[in-house]
Amino acid sequence: MAVTVRIPTQLRELAGGASEIQVEGKTVAEILGALEERHPGFAERLHDDSGELRRFVNVFVADEDIRFLQGLDTAVTDGQTVSIVPAVAGG
Amino acid sequence: MAHVQGLRCRECGREYEIAPVYTCEWCFGPLEVTYDYAAVAAAVSREQIAAGPASIWRYADLLPVDRGHAVDLGAGFTPLVRADRLAAALGLGEVWVKNDTLNPTNSFKDRVASVALSKALEFGFKTAACASTGNLANSVAAHAARAGLRSFVFIPSNLERAKVVTTAVYGGNVVAIEGNYDDVNRLCAELAGTYRWAFVNVNVRPFYAEGSKTLAYETAEQLGWETPDHVVVPVASGSLLTKIRKGFDELHQVGLLDHAPNVRVSGAQALGCSPVATAWREGSDTIRPVKPDTIAKSLAIGNPADGYFALDAVRQTEGGLAAVSDGEVVEGIRLLARTEGIFAETAGGVTVASLKRLADEGVVTPDERVVLYITGLGLKTLDAVEAEPTATIRPTIDAFHEAFDPDHIDEE
Repeated sequence: MAVTVRIPTQLRELAGGASEIQVEGKTVAEILGALEERHPGFAERLHDDSGELRRFVNVFVADEDIRFLQGLDTAVTDGQTVSIVPAVAGG
Repeated sequence: MAHVQGLRCRECGREYEIAPVYTCEWCFGPLEVTYDYAAVAAAVSREQIAAGPASIWRYADLLPVDRGHAVDLGAGFTPLVRADRLAAALGLGEVWVKNDTLNPTNSFKDRVASVALSKALEFGFKTAACASTGNLANSVAAHAARAGLRSFVFIPSNLERAKVVTTAVYGGNVVAIEGNYDDVNRLCAELAGTYRWAFVNVNVRPFYAEGSKTLAYETAEQLGWETPDHVVVPVASGSLLTKIRKGFDELHQVGLLDHAPNVRVSGAQALGCSPVATAWREGSDTIRPVKPDTIAKSLAIGNPADGYFALDAVRQTEGGLAAVSDGEVVEGIRLLARTEGIFAETAGGVTVASLKRLADEGVVTPDERVVLYITGLGLKTLDAVEAEPTATIRPTIDAFHEAFDPDHIDEE
């Protein structure tokens, strides 16, 4: 078992065009770290210089915004889906 | 013909060619249309604009769309009315109401939908789509019908029934999502990566959002090419407020104003969904998303895409942000209706109540020329206000006199 990460259009090029990737990890930080290890380039796109998520990047675990959970420390369990979604839609 | 140069990221400045894209590939920041303002300045004049249509398309030189492709139901050029009775009730001096309830589908969203769908046709899309809190749903469904485009409109399932009816009647697909607007929005951002549809507030958003600038253009033109001292604008995603400010600045940039505008920009939010007002009050540079809980459903965006830019605009212009309770919202609707004869939806109640709050706090002052943006019609949110007949009687003079004492009836 692993976690499914849904990749937004803007980042699919880094993942060979894939819209979903399976990785292992127990927290969002570990998942994103595993993503970077598999496909180098994700980290600098998702994080700012201080290591925080860029302010226009939203991450959801099982459809909940991680800012309502524990941020990058949010726990992720096998079989859950982590979605990376641009924040500038809507309104 | 528009005088568009391209798209630029508001965060990191990277530039892109005109295309249905909305986020910077590098940093995910929002893309914004850039113009050749020298070319616009050479093309426009007050006389040329005055000779144009009585709609947003009189400002076509400042919109990112080719004039010939306009999907047009007549959005814009709504009345700007002097509101002396409202001003007196609030202890203010010169107050004007921009009555955008008088658009084709009764909200300011017709401005942005008209621009977005015109651009969608240019891009060759066959389907228009959007995430909506209701007003945009009405407008996209109507403009898509007008343009002969297929439509998919996504709304939260708890939306007011009036807004469902006034969307579905146009015959497109209406999809109610079991979740709040932010859930709808996220789904649409993901769907936009899957289907080649014109999601007006996702992949077409940079063009769509420009339509809101016309509210500033009209305000200045209707004030005799002068700008107000202070504007009060409802804040949901923050795009409207940001674009109204940009609109005033652009008018000066292209030579249509005699003086550089010095417009204080204030925002209005409902207490049950006030992430931007909270950041302003706390002096914070971080906008924390919230789960909305307010009757002002058209403003119920807990994760506002342009919240940071709205916050910047308010701070830079020394405006303010108010967050008002649902009770104040209803009282705001009633106050505008009984003083000025304008029936606004809940978002308008938020705006009026916020003006009252900002006036009480001394943020808006009696020596200022103030413009209040009323963005949607009261019939859309009829359940928000309770109003009964003053009396219900039999059809006789006696019954009338039982209800209203003839000796005192003219004293009221």
